[in-house]
Amino acid sequence: MNLSDSKKKLALAGIICGVVAACLAYFGNPANMAFCIACFIRDTAGALGLHSTETVQYARPEILGLVLGAFIISVATKEYRSMAGSSPMVRFVLGMILAIGSLVFLGCPLRMIIRMSAGDLNAWVALIGFILGVGTGVIALKKGFSLGRAHAANRMNGYVLPVLMAGILVLALATTLLKSSESGPGSMHAPILMSLAGGLIFGAVAQKSRMCFAGSIRDVILMRNFDLLTIIGGLFVVMLVFNIATGRFNAAFETPGIIAHSEHLWNILGMYAVGFAAVLAGGCPLRQLILAGQGSSDSAVTVLGMFAGAALAHNFGLAASATAVNAETQEVVAGSVPLYGKAAVIICIVVCFLIAFLNKRNEGK
Amino acid sequence: MRIVDARGLSCPEPVMLTEDALREGKGPVKVLVTEPHQRMNIEKYAKDHGRKAVSEKTEDGFAVVIE
Repeated sequence: MNLSDSKKKLALAGIICGVVAACLAYFGNPANMAFCIACFIRDTAGALGLHSTETVQYARPEILGLVLGAFIISVATKEYRSMAGSSPMVRFVLGMILAIGSLVFLGCPLRMIIRMSAGDLNAWVALIGFILGVGTGVIALKKGFSLGRAHAANRMNGYVLPVLMAGILVLALATTLLKSSESGPGSMHAPILMSLAGGLIFGAVAQKSRMCFAGSIRDVILMRNFDLLTIIGGLFVVMLVFNIATGRFNAAFETPGIIAHSEHLWNILGMYAVGFAAVLAGGCPLRQLILAGQGSSDSAVTVLGMFAGAALAHNFGLAASATAVNAETQEVVAGSVPLYGKAAVIICIVVCFLIAFLNKRNEGK
Repeated sequence: MRIVDARGLSCPEPVMLTEDALREGKGPVKVLVTEPHQRMNIEKYAKDHGRKAVSEKTEDGFAVVIE
């Protein structure tokens, strides 16, 4: 089975994933979140007690499903490779940047597309930053950026993250150890089995199609190759139809209740950091989970970095707040990015530049 | 035959190294990669640029010969 050898199959892969995201949104996930890697990692970090923001704590089965789906399909189709050793600690830092930048914008690149399909103009503004970030990463690649080679590792290394993820699922189902939000985004979710099934399907399709939100734009800039962008197009169209059909489409900036803010500069810079870091790490947050599932310990370290970054973003108050209606006064309160969040994004961008231009390819031919 | 050793490198480095090698000369190029999707990317890159590519399994991945 190969989903990446023709544009039709790639578009189909995007459509399948779009249907999964639409179903999960319909059955309980926050409306314009539907399927967001950064938000789901943040919620899962909260469930584990890595941060204490009570409204965003829930072990999202989608995250576990994504890793396990990619793991199972890669083993079944003989694409599983246990690899490790390509600058793991640099990748950990890039994972932190992916999470922090996403939580300042309020969404990973996948959710940016989902928000765009719901008419959220803030996400269209953020797209500018994301494209510029990916473009900066491409310049670094052309100047010889590389995190070095990964090497074959003991087969067991690649099993660790999928097993840890399965462990979180067991804890969620069989114990009361994990925290679970009673209000806010963390309390809004589709039924557990549906979320898990959605994650498994999304993970398997993403593995076979090589879906990557940073890679899609990177390939267009670098090689004029539109293959990966076709997947994103399929997903966008499905979510657009879903949002229009269910009355969720609203082309506007200040829209309370959809988890977004209109600080344009910080939407742009947040996603600039994410686009830049994603190119340096070899893939967007979704792709990191998929690569980790198919055996990359380096991507698994990036995922752990995303957990750490998400926890820090909430422990230090870096994450943005969303535009909302004050329940008592019924006034719209504009969402915003805290001062420390702005400082964190600037630091993230500086760190990206340091990583980009201090890691050169010195071999390879 | 020129050899591009792209084993263990992250995307899109294998394709970039292949592109450089094809630009530098006209003869055949052998590209060594580790992962199945990288083999496919190289094969597709060759096909898109009017070159024939033949792959074979190696001990630690794949060798793609672009003629």
